[in-house]
Amino acid sequence: MPSTPDLHARLRRLLGAVLLPALLLAPLAAQAAEWPAAELFKLLAQQKSGRASYIEKKYIGILDKPVESSGTLAFTAPDKLEKRTLKPRPELLRLEGDKLYIEQAGKAPLNLNLSSYPEVAAFVDSIRATLAGDRKALENSYQLNLLGSADKWQLILLPKYTSMSAILTRIAISGRQGEVQRIEFALADGDHSEMLISKVGP
Amino acid sequence: MIARLRTHALPLGLWLLALAACVTVILHTRFIADLSAFMPKAPNARQQMLIEQLRDGIIARLVMVGIEGGDAASRAELSRQLAARLRQDPAFVGVQNGEASVETRDRSYFFDNRYLLSPAMSAERFSSEGLQAAIGASVEKLSGDAGLMLKKLLPHDPTGETLALLEQFAGGQQPRQLEGAWASRDGTRALLLVQTRADGSDTDAQAASLERVRETFASLPAHQAGHRLLLSGTAVFSVTSRERIQSDIHRLAIGSSILVIGLLLAIYRSPRLLGLGLLPVASGLVAGIAAVSLVFGNIHGLTLAFGSTLIGESVDYSIYYFIQRAAGIEASRFWRTMWLGVLCSLAGFAVLLVSGFPGLAQLGVFSMAGLVGAALVARHVLPALMPQQLQISDLSAPARLLDRIFRSLRRLRPLLLAGALAATAWILWQGDTIWNRQLNALSPVTRAEQDLDMALRNDMGAPDMRYIAALTAPDAERALQAAEAVGQVLRAEVAAGRLGGFTSPAQFLPSRQTQQARQQALPDEASLRSRLGDALRELPVRAERLEGFVADVQKARQQPLLSRADLAGSSAALGVDSLLIQRQQDWLVLLPLRAPAGQEELDTRALEAALQGAGQSGVTVLDILEESTSLFASYLSEAKLLVACGMGVIFLLLLAALRSLPRALRAVAPLACAVIGVTAGLLASGTSLTILHLIGLLLVVAIGRNYTLFFDAGSHAGNAEQQRQVQVSILVANLTAVGSFGVLAFSSVPVLAYLGCTVGPGAFLALVSAAILARDQDASAH
Repeated sequence: MPSTPDLHARLRRLLGAVLLPALLLAPLAAQAAEWPAAELFKLLAQQKSGRASYIEKKYIGILDKPVESSGTLAFTAPDKLEKRTLKPRPELLRLEGDKLYIEQAGKAPLNLNLSSYPEVAAFVDSIRATLAGDRKALENSYQLNLLGSADKWQLILLPKYTSMSAILTRIAISGRQGEVQRIEFALADGDHSEMLISKVGP
Repeated sequence: MIARLRTHALPLGLWLLALAACVTVILHTRFIADLSAFMPKAPNARQQMLIEQLRDGIIARLVMVGIEGGDAASRAELSRQLAARLRQDPAFVGVQNGEASVETRDRSYFFDNRYLLSPAMSAERFSSEGLQAAIGASVEKLSGDAGLMLKKLLPHDPTGETLALLEQFAGGQQPRQLEGAWASRDGTRALLLVQTRADGSDTDAQAASLERVRETFASLPAHQAGHRLLLSGTAVFSVTSRERIQSDIHRLAIGSSILVIGLLLAIYRSPRLLGLGLLPVASGLVAGIAAVSLVFGNIHGLTLAFGSTLIGESVDYSIYYFIQRAAGIEASRFWRTMWLGVLCSLAGFAVLLVSGFPGLAQLGVFSMAGLVGAALVARHVLPALMPQQLQISDLSAPARLLDRIFRSLRRLRPLLLAGALAATAWILWQGDTIWNRQLNALSPVTRAEQDLDMALRNDMGAPDMRYIAALTAPDAERALQAAEAVGQVLRAEVAAGRLGGFTSPAQFLPSRQTQQARQQALPDEASLRSRLGDALRELPVRAERLEGFVADVQKARQQPLLSRADLAGSSAALGVDSLLIQRQQDWLVLLPLRAPAGQEELDTRALEAALQGAGQSGVTVLDILEESTSLFASYLSEAKLLVACGMGVIFLLLLAALRSLPRALRAVAPLACAVIGVTAGLLASGTSLTILHLIGLLLVVAIGRNYTLFFDAGSHAGNAEQQRQVQVSILVANLTAVGSFGVLAFSSVPVLAYLGCTVGPGAFLALVSAAILARDQDASAH
């Protein structure tokens, strides 16, 4: 009957033999299993332009059912993004560099500098920088987390700064290869929205 | 000597009495230095009043502040620190820099009082159908891009009143935000807007306020070596131009005094003669200041600076007197010529009296009174004080030399005439392009300062106040009611796309009448609940989510009506104060208008017609830019006429005195050559002519005719020796005039610089032309 200290020593040895390599290997295994982010951003960056239609649903707490809108999206690398809402109210949102242009039916168009509204900037940049494959721009405001494979990936963006996380808890962007198919926003107050995107052309 | 004094007792006594009286007046004179005196007056009293209001009202109390250097974060920090200090300072009424604290206050003012402020408020809006439509629209808006931001408003403001009232301000630009403070468009400057407590017209207090801003900025903890402070605005303009004018006055006075004294000493070589020579000048200055003070109640610093030219003109009298007396020229003949000269000068300066510039009218009175005073003293006082035997240094050697030079100049006559003809042709060929029609060409504010002002104004998104609808009312309440009535017409114009937008004080503070009407449109709790129940039947919102709305509406029904005091600390206060202005008799409402998007110009006539058609006939629609440009053009044509008249009068005076048309024409010919020569010179140097150049040309004629007259008088005078002495006196007189006007040319105040660079060279050209055109047979009587 081995003494208690002996048992402890053997257990430690066992743990060392089995767990340590496992611990060391775990990240490697995870990396091998998951698709590297660099690959995704390379694919995304290759899409120099694209046109798509979208349907967006907003789930808002005070409303009994989600509100839905639809329209088209157009992106031109590196920094031009146009969101044209057709239903239920026509609206145009055009983003180019630091300039945000907003047009609403029956109202004077608005020109804004994104840098004046850092929160809005972080919001719209999450989509634009993803489409552009601009990892650096995303990492300025978000912590990135990529799941899945090239054919079914999901990029999770978590806000880095409290100014942003007070509004937004998480953005989930998913797609297939270089194509973004779905964008979900989860807001800090529990509301959320999802946007389904189907590609129409380059 | 005693006997001589006795015979001259009367003029001496009168002179001393007059001096004492003038000094008494001067001691009670207010000296001013604001720049508006040298801007043209508006012809129409109503426009004048409005322009003054824009200049002296709240606009004149706003200082735009820029902070440069360092990085964006440090600039924003400086902006916050500066704003915090200045808000504590009693010299300032308000400071805005885009800080969150003020924005929050603004937002809460508009949100808390939305039911009294919203232009969409009506009883129908709070019926079941109205509520359904308004809430339905709000729900629909939630689906849009701004939906996630608007949703916070919905439980308390389901009808969207906050948005409806904020939309009134859309299209007006806000400065860009950087690091939590206003910044320029390119992000290299932090911006603040400071409102001083002191009135725009109180330049001393404004200067002190600006100094406070500078001192405070320099003492901020975050201030580093690389940071710079920029200030602009009407207050800054008036303070800096006053400083500039004051330093100019000193410079010009010292410069021309040294010049003239040096010249006189060189010729007389006698301090006593120098003192006597300056006597008419000093008396003239005193008389001029007293006269201006009596006529206008104050004297402008620039008028004093102009005094240096008076020195140049009036010192001539003693020069002529001394030299010609020493030469033994008959006194009566000499004085006849001199009085004719004085009359011609008066004719020239009289034109200034009727010019549209209040400051130039002062110059006119000053010069006329000064010249008459100087001439009287030279005529009646100098002889009493003159030494029995005039010991003037022997000028015969330089006189002979001068005579030879003048003689040889006569060979240039064909060249001069040919040159004058060519220059005339060249000037005529350029046609109307020789005139400068820019109003700010006369402003003492430098180009760089104007550019900075423009840059800050653009960054601020400040309304450029080019288009303004204005109306008056007997009290504030009626003024706001009138503004609301006009606003209704303007809103229709905006909807039709004929107007880009407008700002009205009633958007910040509606009339009590309107506030009451809006309050009465709100239903009581029971009816609101039942109507809400009907309205929500078709909508995805449950009534229990809108408890905040029901409570807020009940609060709004009872809330006291808004007054100016409720605006304190918000930027709406500035909006009301700058657009609703109390005056002595009445209240003035200004409604700045914006041209439709993508359009530079606004059709003011069509707008006025639309307002009249809607029964709003008490409203004037002004295009400030056009008003001032057309104003300036009308002044230019007026000045052309006046200058032509002045020159005509001078010619008639010459004709009357010389009693011979050929002699009068000969006397005028050198003046014509001088005027043409100076004009061509100015144009060749790239200057386009302003009203001041035109007036300068008149002065060239008024002063230059002295030389031709004396040449003419000389040509008919006795001996060659006298003739040569006359030439010396003319040259000395000319040099003092050229010198004293030449000093003006270096003034940093355009009004004076333009006069100086026209009259200085012009006077010299007049002398040279007179010498060239003098007739040989007249002059060579030796």
